[in-house]
Amino acid sequence: MIEFIKQPWPWYIAGPIIAAVYGSLLFFGKSFGISATLRSMCSAMGAGKRIDFFDFDWKGQMWNLMFVLGAVIGGFIATMFLSEPMEMQLSEVTKENLTSYGLVSWKNGIAPVEIFNWASLITAKGFIMMVLGGFLIGFGSRYSGGCTSGHAISGLSNLQLPSLVAVIGFFIGGLFITWLVLPHLLTM
Amino acid sequence: MKYLKFIILGIIFGIMFVKSEVVSWYRIYEMFRFESFHMYGIIGSAVVLGAILTLLIKKKRVRNIEGDIISFQDKAKTWPRYIIGGTVFGLGWALTGACPGPMFTLVGAGFPIFLVVIVSAIFGTYVYGAIRDKIPH
Repeated sequence: MIEFIKQPWPWYIAGPIIAAVYGSLLFFGKSFGISATLRSMCSAMGAGKRIDFFDFDWKGQMWNLMFVLGAVIGGFIATMFLSEPMEMQLSEVTKENLTSYGLVSWKNGIAPVEIFNWASLITAKGFIMMVLGGFLIGFGSRYSGGCTSGHAISGLSNLQLPSLVAVIGFFIGGLFITWLVLPHLLTM
Repeated sequence: MKYLKFIILGIIFGIMFVKSEVVSWYRIYEMFRFESFHMYGIIGSAVVLGAILTLLIKKKRVRNIEGDIISFQDKAKTWPRYIIGGTVFGLGWALTGACPGPMFTLVGAGFPIFLVVIVSAIFGTYVYGAIRDKIPH
């Protein structure tokens, strides 16, 4: 059993787990949406004193903050006890493309540590990908009213046209970066 | 402890994120290059099952743990916020390779550098809150 768990999980295991989490949260009287916690954190740090948008009872969102805490713990458990260093099963074309940029850390881990490390924070590439990237995630998810969980999973499951438009937006932005920006950034 | 069930759900979620490599920048890169079915399979199967679940809950008028009939709110039909906000989010998603769930899970998975991404995302949310009256929704 543990050997089975230690392998990477295929999509047809992961997708149903996401749906099960979505359903469980509904059953517990909540709704699935992770980026809302970022707003709660702003409120918890006192942003509500100056900006109305953050002036709400963030403690009512404590369940969601606890869910996110669980997601951190889950990351720890999966990495410490349920994984072995192994090569990611990316597609061959992707591997070739990544190798051409000198990115090879997929051979023994899941994160491109060549870019995502403390030293590269002070380089243009690292700053754009981590600091600017994070800023755009926070700004964009609240602007559009949700992220992958709130729009792509909750919204599309409820056949919400606005969520479909948001997901199309996710792809417009993602394709622009991946095809037109990263080829320059990754060669910097 | 009334929050225990949410922590447990989060733990399951975090484990799944790591084991299915959803937290990997490489998988997001591969997805946006249309070179693998993996991410589409995950999101697609989650949405199809989620939609069936939603339909059943509505049809059978299922009650939640508190005894109330589970209801769903329709999202307001004003378009600029979804297309512009969504695009801004997509830019960040492809740069960091992590949406809000994975960026938290990555911290636990041995990449504390993602705390930087989280702090930036909180700041981005703050700036949105500060200027939201001045941008089109």
